[in-house]
Amino acid sequence: MSEPVLASASAEGFARVEEICPQGMIAFRGDLEASEVRRALEEVTGLKIPKQRGILLDGERGLGWMSPDEVLILLPYADVPSALSTLQDRLSGAHHLAVDVSDARAVFRISGKRAREVLAKLAPVDLSPGCLGPGELRRTRVAQVAAAFWIDETGAITLICFRSVARYVSDLLMLSANQGTEIGLYEA
Amino acid sequence: MSTRLATGGPLIDRDQPVEFSFNGKRLRGFVGDTLASALLANDQMLVGRSFKYHRPRGLLASGAEEPNALFNLGSGGTFEPNARATQTPLSNGLRAVSQNHWPSLDWDIGAVNASMARFLPAGFYYKTFMHPRPFWKHVFEPIIRRSAGLGRAPKAQDADRYEQVYAFCDKLIAGGGVAGLQAALTAARAGERIILFEQAGHWGGRAPVDGAEVDGMPAAEWVAEAVAALTAMPNVTIRLNACVTGVYDHGYVLASERISGVVRERLWRIRAAQVIAATGAIERPLAFAGNDLPGVMLASAVRDYIVNWAVSPGDRTVVVTNNDDAYRSAIALVKAGLSVPAILDARPDVGGQLPEAARALGIRVEAGKGVAKVKGGKRVTGVSVCLQAGEGTVVEEIACDAVAMSGGWSPVVHLWSHCGGKLVWDEAQAIFRPDPRSPPTGHDGEAFVTCVGAASGDLGNADEAPMTPVWMMPQGAGAKLRAKMWLDYQNDVKVSDVQLAAREGYESVEHAKRYTTLGMATDQGKTSNINGLAILSNALDQAIPKVGTTTFRPPYTPVTIGTLAGEARGDVFQPLRRTPMHDWHEAHGAHWEPVGHWRRPYCYLRDGEGIEQAVQREVNNTRQRLGLLDASTLGKIMVKGPDAGRLLDMLYTNMMSTLPVGKCRYGLMCNENGFLMDDGVVARLSEDSFLCHTTSGGADRIHAWMEDWLQCEWWDWKVYTANLTEQFAQVAVVGPNARKLLEKLGGMDISREALPFMGWAEGQLGGFRVRIFRISFSGELSFEVAVPAGEGRAFWESLVEAGQEFGVMPYGTEALHIMRAEKGFIMIGDETDGTVTPQDLGLGWAISKKKDDYLGKRGQARGFLTDPDRWRLVGLETLDGSVIPEGAYAVAEGRNGNGQRNTEGRVTSTYHSPTLGRGIAMGLIRRGPDRMGETVTFPKIGGGEVKARIVSPIFFDPEGKKQDV
Repeated sequence: MSEPVLASASAEGFARVEEICPQGMIAFRGDLEASEVRRALEEVTGLKIPKQRGILLDGERGLGWMSPDEVLILLPYADVPSALSTLQDRLSGAHHLAVDVSDARAVFRISGKRAREVLAKLAPVDLSPGCLGPGELRRTRVAQVAAAFWIDETGAITLICFRSVARYVSDLLMLSANQGTEIGLYEA
Repeated sequence: MSTRLATGGPLIDRDQPVEFSFNGKRLRGFVGDTLASALLANDQMLVGRSFKYHRPRGLLASGAEEPNALFNLGSGGTFEPNARATQTPLSNGLRAVSQNHWPSLDWDIGAVNASMARFLPAGFYYKTFMHPRPFWKHVFEPIIRRSAGLGRAPKAQDADRYEQVYAFCDKLIAGGGVAGLQAALTAARAGERIILFEQAGHWGGRAPVDGAEVDGMPAAEWVAEAVAALTAMPNVTIRLNACVTGVYDHGYVLASERISGVVRERLWRIRAAQVIAATGAIERPLAFAGNDLPGVMLASAVRDYIVNWAVSPGDRTVVVTNNDDAYRSAIALVKAGLSVPAILDARPDVGGQLPEAARALGIRVEAGKGVAKVKGGKRVTGVSVCLQAGEGTVVEEIACDAVAMSGGWSPVVHLWSHCGGKLVWDEAQAIFRPDPRSPPTGHDGEAFVTCVGAASGDLGNADEAPMTPVWMMPQGAGAKLRAKMWLDYQNDVKVSDVQLAAREGYESVEHAKRYTTLGMATDQGKTSNINGLAILSNALDQAIPKVGTTTFRPPYTPVTIGTLAGEARGDVFQPLRRTPMHDWHEAHGAHWEPVGHWRRPYCYLRDGEGIEQAVQREVNNTRQRLGLLDASTLGKIMVKGPDAGRLLDMLYTNMMSTLPVGKCRYGLMCNENGFLMDDGVVARLSEDSFLCHTTSGGADRIHAWMEDWLQCEWWDWKVYTANLTEQFAQVAVVGPNARKLLEKLGGMDISREALPFMGWAEGQLGGFRVRIFRISFSGELSFEVAVPAGEGRAFWESLVEAGQEFGVMPYGTEALHIMRAEKGFIMIGDETDGTVTPQDLGLGWAISKKKDDYLGKRGQARGFLTDPDRWRLVGLETLDGSVIPEGAYAVAEGRNGNGQRNTEGRVTSTYHSPTLGRGIAMGLIRRGPDRMGETVTFPKIGGGEVKARIVSPIFFDPEGKKQDV
């Protein structure tokens, strides 16, 4: 099953905010330097391990740096079980942890030329294009809850938060995107 | 009278009239007016009553330093108290009401305080209302609250929205005068990211008003060009109506921006590598008798109103000064066609460019003179002139409508000082200016705040004759005059009050401030600080720098609470955590209980049912048939790795490493002191992985606790953890019919043999991917079923549907609490409060004797924790079957040192048990388990008492037969 957490969550303000269908996600912890770990992750995602604070994306798959011993694997929701068993096979001898966290999260997409301003009101992050561009995964907070987001080449932002606060985050994003509350700081 | 001049006023647009009201009176102004300039243009000289003596007060200033013109704005949901008229842009329909008067501004009964002034000296309240104590609350306080105070607190919910924004820059420049614009241009051209904020609604600060030239251009033109250039640069953000209110450590800066639109105000939370304070200077009043009468204004403010808004303070204005700058005001008045009967200059010799220019215009300049007294009631009618060097003998009376005074200028050093920048006393200019040798420093030990322009102490008056400090006018004024010389207009503090404080021993400037209230309240002494401490230093016979200033603390100007709250109100006041079944509960009568940020159903109300009835029904139905509990909020932490068992053996008091795969075990966690902090069931998923259940409120804390130990202490142990709380929805299927329901869904063998008590199994149940734990918190046959969160709602609904024939009903947290209490199961937060050990709770069986160590082991060995006299857990059975009140204490013989009854225990959980039909309770009682069968007494609030017998805490099915079927 892969339906959005909220029955309907999209709004058009000075930027567009919408909840998107759950993304398959695996939290992986292990020795990111080990060659067998690198090989296994590449087999599952087709991607190398990103640098600190980085995220590599290729179509529906991605690999995001979470901490020195953790990466986030992005993949189609339906592919999670097979990816988990591949990782288990390849890393049977290596100490690691790989768990499905797809259902623990909600995912939002914020798009439009002032998408950055929606988040500038909520996250203590320098959202200027010179500081935050494609290829960076930012773990931070939006208002009072934890969140992570990245920005793609089109300037659209994908934001992940915990499932239980999906309604709160949705309300926040839509409030921040209200027409007439543009800040005039960033325009993509 | 004050009025609008026929021409001039670059800030107003005469083609756009604006209508507003003041105390119900309809008045007109123009777009570009501030509320202050518009009031003055309408001859509204009287703007309020003073704080203590209810004296009539008028506008003193034209900017952020204004102490008097504070109004209530708007009504209902848009009501705002203490709005400063000088910084409130005029808008159509604006409704302003003056403060602190009753019944009316013109006729105020509180003004009798003024005639009582000699009975209301500094420290009056402290001295008077000490005794008798009850009088304070019932007599003095209500009267004082009615007669004192400025604006009223809003009563209606705020109808406006506020927001915050995080911004980052290389240089944050506070102040859009010439110095600020110059600094911005320099940095912007060097490619730096610039934020430039100006608190007023226009750029340029004083320079255009003063007719200065910049780079050979008239200041106004230069400012327009500079603003245009900055606006065009992509690396620059500039804002008007945005006040930098505070500078904090590490270059963190707060600024409040006033916007009109969907959002009313915006709080900027800025990280700036460098802060440039181009905050200018504030003119000081002169202390002469009657200097608070409406019509007495700062000379610079008079100039501002004439030049910027074309408003005259009156036909005849006497100027009184100790410096050259005030001559600019005299010249501006005359050039506007108004009369200046005299300039009273306290300096004995007056020469130089500006005085000569004034004389050339025919203005009479009186050197060595001052004001003995201002004449008038609710507005100025004239001044009595005296010799500054004398004691106030009147040498002349001059009729006038306004007085423009200048006691010199004080640099605005607030932003420099907020983070510890030091000041130095500049004797020549009689100012405290920033000491560049002691700046506020950042992470690298380098200065991160710089002052430019007037804020740095460069008042731009090098070519003028020096000022002469005048702290009192005339310098030999007697007691009667001193009692009419105001220092702090907002708090009604006079020269005589500060002198009295000094005589009474308040030598520290901080103490004197608090005793006299000098420099407090919304203006934080912007116009009074220096004058006040000069008077204090004089009274103490100490040099001004020795006395020093009070501490400059943020905010520079008041920030609304709405702005600080930002978006956090209404639906997004606080994050509400919802389980996957939340909406189902809501649609089925859930009566909610907050559990951390979660909302859990306390019970489900059916038509016509009360809460208590619903809870009893849910308990009975679960015990007799079938209940469903949404247990999704329980913490679920995966612990994996070769050292996982070793870690859990340290975290839990009992042995977890010996738990076989496929089994569950209940465990307790203690902190280092040995006190119980969390509990839950651990399931061993595989040889090297465990799933640890925590309490609902403990999930994040326990996960962090694990990571803390792993990252800081046992960093070489091979263990990874992951918090999977939200990955799974979890449903407790509870009651005699529980197995029947799951078997009906089908797909897994859940017989007693295949899935015994304290076992778990994984598989497909009714098409759902599930993990079933056979654990029980109710004493009934019970299965806790976890499914991926995205399927939680569908799974729950299929249980409800399939369970109809078995009498299924959902139950809430209260039924859960009662059933666990009937079984004597403890609840973290009820039986524990951070001072209770597992041993206190009779949980010694869950403490491993074999392990060398676990967190809390050493703590528990301390003498007072092994004391047999400790309060320990027992069951309590009331003799009359009633329910012991929650939180009740058991009383013992005698009284303690405070005359209170001695106690010997307290209730921790108390309920009416529907199963047993009477009140049951658990409690911690001194030597409890050793006193089985004894009776203890619980007094009730409001009289009476309940007697209870000490019994085993397990009231229901002590053999545990029901859960193991």
